[in-house]
Amino acid sequence: MIDLMGIINLNEAEEHVGELSRSRSLASIPFAGRYRLIDFVLSNMVNSEISNVGIFIQHKYRSLVDHLRSGKDWDLARKRDGLFVLPPAYTRTPMQVHRGDVENLYSNLDYIYQSRQKYVIIAGANIVSNMDYRVILEYHKNTEADITVLYTKANCGTHDCVRSNILGLGPEGRVLTISEFKDTGGYQNMSIDMFIMKKDLLIELINQCIARGDYDFVKHCIIKNVKKLKVYGYHHPGYAARISSLQSYFQHSMELLNPHIWKELFFKSGLIYTKVKDEAPAKYIHETEVTNSLIASGCYVEGKVENSILFRGVKVHKGAYIKNSVIMQKGNIGPGVILENVICDKDVHITANKQLKGEYSYPLVIKKGRVI
Amino acid sequence: MHKKACVAMLLAGGQGSRLGILTQKLAKPAVPFGGKYRIIDFPLSNCNNSGIDTVGVLTQYKPLALNSYIGIGSAWDLDRMNGGVFVLPPYVKEQGGEWYKGTADAICQNSNFIDRFNPETVLILSGDHIYKMDYSLMLEFHQKQQADATIAVIEVPLDEASRFGIMNTDNEQRVIDFEEKPAEPKSNLASMGIYIFSWPVLKKYLFEDEVNQNSTHDFGHDIIPKMLADKRNLRAYSFRGYWKDVGTVESYWQANMDLLGERPELNLYDSKWRIYSSNPPRPPHYTSTTAKITNSIIAEGCLILGEVENSVLFPDVYIGPGAKVKNSIIMSGAHIEDHVVTDKAIIGRKTVLKQGTVVAAKKLDGQQKIVVLDIDMIIPPHTTIEASLSCSPPEDALCKREE
Repeated sequence: MIDLMGIINLNEAEEHVGELSRSRSLASIPFAGRYRLIDFVLSNMVNSEISNVGIFIQHKYRSLVDHLRSGKDWDLARKRDGLFVLPPAYTRTPMQVHRGDVENLYSNLDYIYQSRQKYVIIAGANIVSNMDYRVILEYHKNTEADITVLYTKANCGTHDCVRSNILGLGPEGRVLTISEFKDTGGYQNMSIDMFIMKKDLLIELINQCIARGDYDFVKHCIIKNVKKLKVYGYHHPGYAARISSLQSYFQHSMELLNPHIWKELFFKSGLIYTKVKDEAPAKYIHETEVTNSLIASGCYVEGKVENSILFRGVKVHKGAYIKNSVIMQKGNIGPGVILENVICDKDVHITANKQLKGEYSYPLVIKKGRVI
Repeated sequence: MHKKACVAMLLAGGQGSRLGILTQKLAKPAVPFGGKYRIIDFPLSNCNNSGIDTVGVLTQYKPLALNSYIGIGSAWDLDRMNGGVFVLPPYVKEQGGEWYKGTADAICQNSNFIDRFNPETVLILSGDHIYKMDYSLMLEFHQKQQADATIAVIEVPLDEASRFGIMNTDNEQRVIDFEEKPAEPKSNLASMGIYIFSWPVLKKYLFEDEVNQNSTHDFGHDIIPKMLADKRNLRAYSFRGYWKDVGTVESYWQANMDLLGERPELNLYDSKWRIYSSNPPRPPHYTSTTAKITNSIIAEGCLILGEVENSVLFPDVYIGPGAKVKNSIIMSGAHIEDHVVTDKAIIGRKTVLKQGTVVAAKKLDGQQKIVVLDIDMIIPPHTTIEASLSCSPPEDALCKREE
């Protein structure tokens, strides 16, 4: 039993992911062939023995609630603790325009109060990684920090660091400054916006913010207090992908085709759980050519697939050629179709002999349910 | 407890000794099948899909894997408030306990379980067949015919009929004759081992049979012939579709191979009749730039760098570069290192084939035997294996050591 509760705070800007987040929150964007982004942080919490997880949701949450249901697939359907899905409750802030996540935390303060755990980890859903929070809690206790911020060494020359927070670190990992990324490349100490602190401090920070009229958790509750509080950085040495734009979504999807990353992300300190679908294993018919690809269950492959990710239940017909592409759940790729640098959202049907091509730096996104 | 229209009783206690190494460490219904499933998934999924929500599973032989697999039945949506799945092992009574002596005895010993639900009918299933069947249609037939017992039958080739229990029926599907494994079969209607009985009638016969010293306490041998002799209303319900008794290593291997190809008779991809199973949380499988896969079924979590042809791979299998896996069934977690060759082989769970090993029987007159390797084995590099091998820990050098 670990004395740590989890808060998944869904407040990420999702507009930069474009079409993929039109009808869903960033947390429920499909990723890696069978998951949704939230599965990673949620599974990490469960694998770290956290049994009390509150998910603070804001809007466009139909698909997310459908995905999570009782939390059973993450072993979080419990009598004691378990999964709590917390939409904004306006009882504490009646008639007010909802401006930011602190207001949502504030309106659900009862849940945080009533939780039994002493420590809390607050995380978003936009970081894809496999990590053990128990280790970080130990670190937090040893440094006697007020707040521990997780960060990674991100290569901002090759990856999208826009709108991320960069840590200025002092000796022994003390965080001196947190500032938004300015257009400078190279390796940066990028915050992955996960924070460990005592639950009491979180409640205090929320109350303070609300009293001042502030509403943005990271900007107002954390960054404003960097000098006042003892804030330490914890370097996560492993893989951590930050999904913040369509480009980063595509780039990090393609990184999964590296077996080392595949192994680390899906097996390292615990498995990644998701809603089960009871699909049969993937099936290959004669004369397929499937190389450097990830193929999920329920797929039926007759054509050629190269450097691509096929989600559950995708059909690739004879003579089709899929290259550098992501085909989401139940995609149906007709005979003779050629796709390159394309992301097909769920239930897309590409009829025979169509040719669609995007650019690696700007993949073509086909809207959910479209027939082309 | 609400009254149930139908309670299913699944006979899962058989040893399945003809499956050899495959059933050395677990009961036959728990034998893995089709890249993801275990044999028992088929009758349990059929129950769920047919709207039957109360299933008693009778276990006896090596039940650990089976019991833990069934759990509370959530994989098949059989974790119910009223009904659900119940594992029913033999138990001790006031006069002492005993093992299940036969299929009929197993049901008889659990008549108190069935009585709890006070059902009109009892559906008897066995845990060793691969098929998809809507039991609710059979139940409808049973009710319409006002039968005392309905036996599901399937047409088999006449030259194979002597391996089955064979029915003779009149033109109203009334069973007039039943012979267990006849030398000279009079028809090709084989019993599938699936029965629906009216519970009050069956109960009477079970209790009579129980005290009969000469009985083998078996449905096919004793109960059905007795009911026929009593001129009870017995009907044959014809089933058309894929049905396979995976009683031998050959038929088990064949049933797996039957899943391959463009349009197999047994469609596992039908979303209207899903075969439910436990779903281990594994990522999509990865095929490298050197992988070559033809006509195969590959489960999640596999990492494939070599060649796979006409094969079925369970989750978490590793196929190294230069390896050639052909006509084989590779169970979950098996590790096939580089330049290994397997042909017509069944490789047990978590078994490691070190590099350069060859697993294939010699061809004799164009016939090739199936080679079965046990679970948790470790085969040294460049070994040639031409016959099935099992390992018995802890002395056996071919067994994996405790880590």
